[in-house]
Amino acid sequence: MLTLDSKIPVAPIEDAWTYHKNNNLRLVGPKNRPKFKVIVVGSGLAGASAAASMGAMGYNVECFCFQDSPRRAHSIAAQGGINASKNYRNDGDSTWRLFYDTQKGGDYRAREQNVYRLAELSTSIIDQAVSQGVPFAREYGGKLANRSFGGVLVERTFYCRGETGQQLLLGAYSALEEQIAGKKVKMHTRHEMLDLVVVDGRSRGIVVRNLETGEITSHAADAVVLATGGYGNVFYLSTNAKGCNVTANFRAYRKGAGFANPCFTQIHPTSIPASGDYQSKLTLMSESLRNDGRIWVPRNADENRAPRDIPEEDRFYYLEERYPRFGNLVPRDVAARNAKDVCDQGLGVGPTGYGVYLDFAAAIREKGIDAVKSKYANLFEMYQRITDDDPVETPMRIYPAVHYTMGGLWVDYNLMTNVPGLYAIGESNFADHGANRLGASSLMQCLADGYFIIPVTIGDFLSRHEAGEITTDHPAFKETETAVKDRLSKLLAVKGTRSAQSFHRELGKIMWEHCGISRNKESLEEGLRKIPALREEFWRDLKLPGNPAELNQSLEHAGRVLDFLDFGELMCRDALLRDESCGCHFREEHQTPEGEAERNDKDYAFVSVFEYKGEGTQPELNKEPLSFDALPLAARNYKT
Amino acid sequence: MRIKLHVWRQSSRSDKGRMEMYELDNVVEDMSFLEMMDTLNEKLTVEGKEPVAFDHDCREGVCGMCSMVINGEAHGPKSETTTCQLYMRHFDDGAEIFIEPWRASAFPVVRDLVVDRSAFDRIIQAGGYVSNHSGPKPDPNSIPIEPNVAETALDAATCIGCGACVAACPNGSAMLFTSAKASHLGLLPQGQPERFDRAKSMVSQMESEGFGSCRNYAECEAQCPKGISIAFIGRLNSDFLKASLVEPIDRRGDMKAQ
Repeated sequence: MLTLDSKIPVAPIEDAWTYHKNNNLRLVGPKNRPKFKVIVVGSGLAGASAAASMGAMGYNVECFCFQDSPRRAHSIAAQGGINASKNYRNDGDSTWRLFYDTQKGGDYRAREQNVYRLAELSTSIIDQAVSQGVPFAREYGGKLANRSFGGVLVERTFYCRGETGQQLLLGAYSALEEQIAGKKVKMHTRHEMLDLVVVDGRSRGIVVRNLETGEITSHAADAVVLATGGYGNVFYLSTNAKGCNVTANFRAYRKGAGFANPCFTQIHPTSIPASGDYQSKLTLMSESLRNDGRIWVPRNADENRAPRDIPEEDRFYYLEERYPRFGNLVPRDVAARNAKDVCDQGLGVGPTGYGVYLDFAAAIREKGIDAVKSKYANLFEMYQRITDDDPVETPMRIYPAVHYTMGGLWVDYNLMTNVPGLYAIGESNFADHGANRLGASSLMQCLADGYFIIPVTIGDFLSRHEAGEITTDHPAFKETETAVKDRLSKLLAVKGTRSAQSFHRELGKIMWEHCGISRNKESLEEGLRKIPALREEFWRDLKLPGNPAELNQSLEHAGRVLDFLDFGELMCRDALLRDESCGCHFREEHQTPEGEAERNDKDYAFVSVFEYKGEGTQPELNKEPLSFDALPLAARNYKT
Repeated sequence: MRIKLHVWRQSSRSDKGRMEMYELDNVVEDMSFLEMMDTLNEKLTVEGKEPVAFDHDCREGVCGMCSMVINGEAHGPKSETTTCQLYMRHFDDGAEIFIEPWRASAFPVVRDLVVDRSAFDRIIQAGGYVSNHSGPKPDPNSIPIEPNVAETALDAATCIGCGACVAACPNGSAMLFTSAKASHLGLLPQGQPERFDRAKSMVSQMESEGFGSCRNYAECEAQCPKGISIAFIGRLNSDFLKASLVEPIDRRGDMKAQ
C-alpha cells in the first residue's frame, strides 16, 4: 500500500498556493543552496526551465538529456500556442475561468487545487517568456496578440506563428545555457537515465549510460527531478519524437514511485495517415481544418474511383449523417472513434485503408479558392510536402493519432512522488489535465512546473535534510549499476532474428487495437494476453547488432522497447480496471445514446495509482480520492 | 524503387572512415528519406551487420537533430527542407545517392553520420541569452514592440540549430547560426542592454571553436532548411564593428551580487 498524501493546503482554493508558500513551505537560504545537488533528467520545457531556475537560485544542478543538445527536446514541436488568463481581450477571462475550462476539459479527473494553481500561474509564464525575448505575435499597436482554441469561449492563446513550442523552448534553453555558462548547471548531453537509485526508501541519484561511449556511471543528488515527457510511443506510431520513451518513469515506478492513470491517452483526430508499413511517425494537422472541411468515405468498400469522380450519392458523410447537429465539428474523441469505426468496416481510403477524406471542395465553391487558401496556406503546404497531393485538387486524407499522455508518475501538491526526494514535472507527472488535455495547455503546465513551482517546493524538502549525506560510494549505486549492465548484456545475449524495431511496431499495433481510441473488456483482456506473449518472443528472438561500449542506437532502442512492453501491460490493466468512460478513456460499455463518454462519479472519482510489486506479480491498485469542493461535478457537455 | 546508396561509415571519432555501398530494391516513393534509412538499417540488422548511426528525433523538421549531406548538399536537394521532411519521390528510380555527415573541423564525426555539434551550445553560452532569473516580470504590454520588428526577430529565431549552414559553407563558418541568435535578441527591447557585448563574445567564441570566417558565399542561406537570410550576418557584423570601436569596460565581475 502506498502512502499517498497529496499535501493539499487547507485554504480556500483562490488563496491555496499563496497560503501554502507562506505557511507550509520551508526555504533554503542563498548561502546554503550551493551545498544541495539537484539532478534534473530531461531538458524540454519543464526540465530546462526547472534546471535554469534552480541554477539561478544557486542550487548545484546537473541536467541530463539523451539528445545532442538540450534544445532538441520534443517540446519544440508544439505548434498552436500557450494559454494564459491575461484577459487582454476583455472577453471575461479570469483565473477562475481558465481553471473551470481545464477541469471541465479533463472531465473532472484531476486534483482541483493543482488545476487552480496552474491557471493562477499562467499569466506569469507569459511575462517570464517575454522577458527572455520570446517573440510572441504582436498587434499593430505593439501589444500581444491572441487566438482562440478548442473547448473554450475566450481568446487567451498566445502564439509565435505555428512554432510556439519552439520559441518557448529556445527561451528556456537560453536561460539554461546562461546558467551552464555561469557554472551553476552542469549539462550532460547524450546521456540516458537507465535507473533510479533508492536508499531506505529515499531517492538518492540515478544511473546513466553515456550514449556515445556506452559508459555506465552513477550520479548522487539530494533530490532528483524527472522531466522526461510522455509515453505516447508505446503505440509505436504517434506524433511524439522518435526518442520519446517511458524508461526513466518506468524505472522510477519499479523503484517504488506510484504510476497514476497510465491509460489516459489523448488521440488527435486529424493527423496525416500512415502511408505504409515503413511509417515511422505521424504528423499532426491542425484541427482548425475541420471548420471548412467535410469528412467522408466512399459508401462501398470496393470503391476504386478517384475521390473527385465519386458522385455525391456514393459518398458517406458519416459525421454529418450520424450527428446532424454538430456534423464535422463533433468533439475530438467522437471524431476519432467514428473514423476508426468506418475504417474497421472496410470503408477507409488510402494505401493502408486507414484514412478518411477531409474535403475542401464545398468550402472552395462557397468562399472562393483564395479565401480558403489564405486561411490554411501553411497547412496545405505541409500536407502537400508529405503526401504529394494538393488539397485544393483532391481531398486530404486524415486519421487519428496518439498525441499526448495525461497519465504519469503520481505527485503531491509539491510535485514530489511518493518516493521522498523524487519529483516529476511536465508531461511526466499526472497532475493537471485529468482524463483529457485542452489545446495549448501542455506548454503552460510544463513552464508553470519548471519556472514557478519546483524552485519553491524543492526547498521545502531540501531544508529538512542534510546536504550530500550519501555519495556514489554507497553500495546501492554499485548494485544499481550492475543491474543496468546485466540488463544490457541480457539484451545483447538473446541473439535471435528480429530487430527491436519490429517488436516495437508489433507492440504498437496491439496497443492501438486493444487500448486505443475505444476500449472494451474483452479486447483489453485479449491485449493482456498478447503483450506477455510478445515479451516472451522478444526475450527469445531479439537481434541486436554491435556492442555496448560504443554508440549503439539499436541497443538504446531495445532498452526502451523492453520497458514499453511492460508498460503497455500496465496501461491495459488500468484501462480494464477503470470501468467507466471519461475524457479520452472511452469504454464502449459506458456511453450515452449519442455516443458520448459516460462517467461514473460514484465509483470512479479517484486517481488510479499503481504500485510495482515485483517481476511477474500484478501491480497493486491504490486510489487517491478526488474532491470537487470548488467546482461541483457536472456532465461534460459541449452541445448547448 | 531501386536505389544505390553510398554511405559514410566511421566506427568512432578516431576511425578514418570510408564510403560503403548498399543497394535497396524495396523503396517506396511515399517513404521519407529517414524511413528509407530505417529500411536499410532493418536490412543490415537482420543480415547481422551494423546499422548506420544517424541523428534524428522529431521527424517533422523542427528539432534540428537530423543532419545528412545528401549528394553534396546539406539536407539534400529540396530547398527549405530538412532531411526528415525529404521524401523518396524527390529521387528517381535507380538513383545513386551519396550520404555523408556534416563536414567541418568544428563538428567532429562521432560515428557514421552522427557529428558533435556541442560547439553551437558553447556559442549560445557565450551570450545567446538575456541574463535573467525566474520570477515576477513586467507585463509584456508595458513594452510595446512593433509587429514588424517582432516578426523579423522571429524570422531569425526560427533557426533550428541543425548546423546545415556550417556544412554548406566552403569555409565551415557558423556566421548564419551565430547571427540568427544575435539578431533575434538584438532586435528586441529585452535584448538591448547586452546587445554589443553579446555580438562580441558570441563571435569570439565562434572563432575559438574553429569555425571559418564568412566570405559571403551565401551557400548557408541557400541550404538553410528554415530559409534564414544572410541579412542577419550583416546585422551582426555591424553590431560587432560598433562593439569593437568602443573601449571595452568590463564591469560584469563587479556587478554580480557578492
